[in-house]
Amino acid sequence: MKKAIHKLVLGEYLLVVLFGLALLIARFTGWSFGLGAGKNFWAFFSEMITFLPLMFILIGLIDVWTSKEKIERHIGSGSGLIGIIWIILLAMLQGGPLYGAFPVAYLLWKKVCSLKNIFIYLGAFSTLKIPMLTFEIGFLGLKFSLLRTLFTLPVFIGIGYVMEWYYRGKEFSMASPESGTR
Amino acid sequence: MLILLIITVLALIASLLADRPKTVAGLKKGYKMFLGILPTMLNVLILVSLALYLVPKETLAKWLGANSGPIGYATAAAIGSIALIPAFVAFPLAAMLLKSGVGYAVTAVFITTLLMVGVLTLPVKVKFFGRKTALLRNGLSFLGALLIGLMMRLFM
Repeated sequence: MKKAIHKLVLGEYLLVVLFGLALLIARFTGWSFGLGAGKNFWAFFSEMITFLPLMFILIGLIDVWTSKEKIERHIGSGSGLIGIIWIILLAMLQGGPLYGAFPVAYLLWKKVCSLKNIFIYLGAFSTLKIPMLTFEIGFLGLKFSLLRTLFTLPVFIGIGYVMEWYYRGKEFSMASPESGTR
Repeated sequence: MLILLIITVLALIASLLADRPKTVAGLKKGYKMFLGILPTMLNVLILVSLALYLVPKETLAKWLGANSGPIGYATAAAIGSIALIPAFVAFPLAAMLLKSGVGYAVTAVFITTLLMVGVLTLPVKVKFFGRKTALLRNGLSFLGALLIGLMMRLFM
């Protein structure tokens, strides 16, 4: 109990608690700043909280039903268009922050994956992760998300080709994640 | 909203019929992710609510509105490149901006630079790829993000 209170008041929820108190004070005193900001907050919050649970149910289901291992087996099976498609699929299924992508990129490099595909992987990872897309569609609409995906694909594939072209005949190396993140 | 509800219910039923323990594991995972992201999201909602109250709508429209022109793009690109906002928070934030009168193109530039360019995470990338590669990739990503934003303006 004590621990829970401690977490609530001093932890990540500090601002939430303070804001709640301010809203309460505003309600009794008619403090216009509190009422105005409160009105903004409730308008956004009420909309968000209706579909967030649905979203996370979907994200959880997608997570357990998709297998990264299955896709990883196909990496390197083709360096042409098929290879690019598998690499993008692999990146889309991965979750978490960019730091999680570096070890995979390192692995791809060790496996002598083409340089182009390593950068395509990083590009797809940062822009097209499926949990993220679910969220984008929920908040900004399907049209926005589809168009952004459509325009983003050629951009990071292009970056992959530019990087490969830039490193043609030059030495490219990557630090291992253990030494790299320290 | 209704479509999302229908899709979620259908997916849930299909998943339950196919494999019950797996479904439960998925729901637990989703719940955990939800709890993990909730405080950050609430904090951002509060800060943006305060900011939107303090900054008059006219000022916001002038700087980031549909007719803000190059200033709007530059502001959105700068904030998007520097800020470290997780995507889970960036999308609700972008939705709030759209509702407050910020244009689609500017919102798109903000989102694309946020996802593709990371000035503050550059040191990590430099350690990993070396300086030249990290800078080159970030620079190309920045140009690409601007281009995507402009394309969104034409089609949204």
